[in-house]
Amino acid sequence: MSAADHSEPLVRVEDIHTYYGKSHILHGVSLEVRRGEIVGLLGRNGVGKSTTLKAIMGLVHPTRGAVLLEGKSVGHLPAHRLARLGIGYVPEDRRIFRLLTVAENLRTGLDGRGVSEARKKELLDMVFDYFPVLAERRSQAGGTLSGGEQQMLAIARAMMLEPKIILLDEPTEGLMPRMVSQIRHIIHVLRREGVAVLLVEQNVPLTLETSERVYFMEKGAVRHHAPASELHADHEVVHKYLGV
Amino acid sequence: MTRRPTLLFWVGFFVILALLIVAPFALPEFWRRFLTEILIWGLLAMSSDILIGYTGMVSFGHSAFFGLGMYGAAAALLTTRPPSLWVAFVYGLLAAAVVAAFVAYFSTRLRDIYFAITTLIFSQIFYVIIFTWTEVTGGENGLTFSRPALAIPGLFSLPFTTLTLYWFVLAVLTVSYLVLRRITHSPFGMVLQSIRENEARTRAIGYPVERYKIVAVMLSGLFAGLAGVLYAIQNRFAAPDFVFFLVSGETVIYNVMGGIGTLVGPIVGAAAFLLLREALSRFLTEFYLIPVGIIFIAMVIFMPQGLLGFARRWLNR
Amino acid sequence: MLEQILIQTINGIVVGMILALVASGLTLIFGIMDVVNFAHGEFLMLGAYAGVIALAGTGSFWLALVIASLVVAALGAAIHVTTLRPLLGRDPLNTILATFGVSLVLQNYALWQFGPVPRKIEEPITGYFGLFYLEYPWYRLMIAVLSAAIIAALWLFLKYSTYGVWIRATTQDRVMAQAMGIPVPRVLTIVFAIGSGMAAASGVLFGPLVGVNHAMGLDWVLKAFIVVVVGGMGNLGGSIAAAIFISLMESYASLWVSPAQAIIVSFVVLILTLLIRPTGLFVPTPK
Repeated sequence: MSAADHSEPLVRVEDIHTYYGKSHILHGVSLEVRRGEIVGLLGRNGVGKSTTLKAIMGLVHPTRGAVLLEGKSVGHLPAHRLARLGIGYVPEDRRIFRLLTVAENLRTGLDGRGVSEARKKELLDMVFDYFPVLAERRSQAGGTLSGGEQQMLAIARAMMLEPKIILLDEPTEGLMPRMVSQIRHIIHVLRREGVAVLLVEQNVPLTLETSERVYFMEKGAVRHHAPASELHADHEVVHKYLGV
Repeated sequence: MTRRPTLLFWVGFFVILALLIVAPFALPEFWRRFLTEILIWGLLAMSSDILIGYTGMVSFGHSAFFGLGMYGAAAALLTTRPPSLWVAFVYGLLAAAVVAAFVAYFSTRLRDIYFAITTLIFSQIFYVIIFTWTEVTGGENGLTFSRPALAIPGLFSLPFTTLTLYWFVLAVLTVSYLVLRRITHSPFGMVLQSIRENEARTRAIGYPVERYKIVAVMLSGLFAGLAGVLYAIQNRFAAPDFVFFLVSGETVIYNVMGGIGTLVGPIVGAAAFLLLREALSRFLTEFYLIPVGIIFIAMVIFMPQGLLGFARRWLNR
Repeated sequence: MLEQILIQTINGIVVGMILALVASGLTLIFGIMDVVNFAHGEFLMLGAYAGVIALAGTGSFWLALVIASLVVAALGAAIHVTTLRPLLGRDPLNTILATFGVSLVLQNYALWQFGPVPRKIEEPITGYFGLFYLEYPWYRLMIAVLSAAIIAALWLFLKYSTYGVWIRATTQDRVMAQAMGIPVPRVLTIVFAIGSGMAAASGVLFGPLVGVNHAMGLDWVLKAFIVVVVGGMGNLGGSIAAAIFISLMESYASLWVSPAQAIIVSFVVLILTLLIRPTGLFVPTPK
C-alpha cells in the first residue's frame, strides 16, 4: 500500500445534511475516522450525534453531502450493504433481538454470506472469550439478559461481522457505574484488534480516556475538534459544548 | 384561523360551476345520466376525503354509509304515501348517521391499519345483514321504487327529468362542497388536520382526539349517506351490491387518483376513473378492469399525490 | 343431537385448519411487513386455478398441490418486487391501495382467462368412513392434517433455517436486522412469496369442496382478516387458534341458522374482541 492510501481515512463524512420530514436535523456535518482510530463525538442531547452515526450506517440517507468509506461514496447504499462492507453499529438502547437466543443474535449476521461453519465457530469462540458471560447464556433468549449483558451482546454481535469500524452510540447509558470499566476494556480490545471506533457518549471522562481525538457537535453540526490530550486540561471547551 | 379565500379560487369555482350547469345541453341523454352518476360518486368520494385526506384515517366503510343512505331512502319511498323526496332524505341521512355512529364507536380507538380493516369488516357485516334479511331488504334482489317528484307540499310538484335531476344533484353537490370546505377551514377542521399530521402531539396538547375522530366519521358518513339517497333517487333501486366492500375500495381509489385532502380532487378522481372505465369497456368489452387496475397501481407508486395533489395547498386556501 | 354436534365439531376443525393456513400467510405478511395484503384471497383463487390446470396436466393431485403453490409463490414474489418494494418506507396506506389494485387486476384476469363458469378439482381420496349414522369423507380429514403439516413446516422453517432466523430478526427489529447485514428487502419478498404460496395451497386443498371460480377469494379474505385481528396481528399461534375457534363457532351456529347467516358469528366475535381485548383474544397480555 502506498503512503497515499494510508492517509485516506477509513470513514469520511463531508458536509452532510439530513431531514426528518420537514425538520432539518444535520446542518453540514463533517468528520473523519482513520483506520484503527478511536474517535469521540460529544455534544448535548438532541444535537444530532445519533443521526450522524445513522447516516454513516446508511439508516438515514443524507440529502446533501457525502459519506465515504475507504474513499468510495456509499451514502446511497442500503444499510445491509454497508454492514457487509465493514461498518458495525451498536445503537442506543442496544436493540438486540429479544426473542432470538444469544447464539442466534450472534450468528445471524454471518449466515448466508458464504462464511464457512468453521470460521463461524472461530468467531463465536473469539467473542465468547471476550465475553464469557455470553457463553454461559448462549441458549437464552436475548430479552432475558440484564442491561449490561445486552450491551455486551450488542457489541459482540457487531464484532462477529469483523467490521473495520464500529459505531458506538452511548454504550454506558443506563448501565451501572462498574460496567463503565467493562466498556472501557472492550474499547481497548477493539483498538487492539485494529477496529476503528466512533464513540458517541455522555460520559466525558470515559470518552477522553479512550479516544485519540474528539469532535464536538452543536445544533446539527461539528463545531470543534481537538486531540484528547489537549482536552484533559481544557475544561472550558467541554463546558461550552456539554453544559456540564 | 380562517383566511379569506383568494379571488382566483372563487373565479375558478364559478367558471367550473357554470360549465357544469350548461354541460348537459351539449350532451345526449346517456351522457347526461352518466354525468349525474359521476357527480353522485364524486360526492361519495368527497365525503371520504374528510377521513382520508383531512384526518388521516383510511376508511373502507363508506359502502356501508352509502348503502344505508340508499336503503333508507328506499324505505321512505316505499312506505310513505305519497313518496316524498324530503322524507327520503331524512330517512337516508338518519340511517347513514346511525351506521356511522356504530362504526365510529368501535373503530376510532384503533390506529391506522386496524381502523381500515375494521371499517371494511363492518361494511361486510351490513352487507350480510342486508343480503340475508330478505323480508325487509329484498335480499339479493334489492328494492325497487319510483322516483319522487321535486315537491313542496301545497306549493308545487315537479317530476324530475334527466335534466332537472342533474341540476338538482349538482346543486346538492355544490352546497355539500361549500359546507365541507367551510368545515375543513374551521377550527374543527384544523384540529382534524393536526390529528393527521401528528396524532400524539395533538393529544398531548389536550384535544380529545377520539371525540374529534368520531365526529369526523359521522360527518363523513352523513355526506356518504347523502350520496346514497341521491343514487336511490336517480336509479330507483337499492341493491346489496352497493354495500359490498368493493364499493368502499373504489371510493378510496377515486380519492387517491384525484388527490386526497383537496375535496375536489376525489370528485375529479371519480370522474377520471369512471370515464376511463367507460372508455376502456368500449374497446375491450370485458375485463377492462385489468388495465384500469394496472393504471391505478402505477399511480399509487409513481403519482401518490394524485391528479390534483399538486394543487392541494392552493385549493385549501 | 350429540352426533350432530360432534360432526359439526369435526367440520369446524377441518374448515378452521384451512382458514388457519390462509390466515397464517396473511398474519406473517402483516407481522413482518406491515402490509395488509388485500390480494391474499386472489392468491388463494389463482392457486386453485393453477391446481386445476396442473391436475389436468399431470393427473396427480399431490403434484398439482406442489406446482400450484410454487407457481403462485413465484407470482407473489414478482408482484412484491414490482409493486410493493417501491413502496417501502412510504405510508402504509400506499400498500393497502396497491394490494387492493392487485386484487382487482388478478380477479379480472382470472375472469378473463377462465370465464365465469366454476371449475372443479377432483378429490384425491374419495371414500368415506363411518361416523355414527353418517359417512364422513376421508378427504376432509386429510385437508385438516395437510394444513396442519404445512403450518408445522412453516414453524420449523422459521425456527431453524437461515432465512427463518432472518425473518424472525426482521420482524423484531427491521432496522437492526439491516445493520446486521440481513438483506431485508429480499427477506420481505420471500415472506410475501411464502404467504402467497400458503394461500395457494389452501386454494387447492379447498377446491374439491367448493367450485373454483374467480370470486372465491373474496369470502376468504374477509374471514382471514377477521381471524388475523382476533388472533392478534402478526401472532402466528393466535391466528391458528382464532381460525379454529371461529370456524367451530360458525359450524355450531349453522345447526340453527343458514350458513350465509352463520358468518355473523365471526362478526360478533370480532366486535367482542375489539371491545374487550383489541390486541387479540389469543394474545397473552403484553408485559
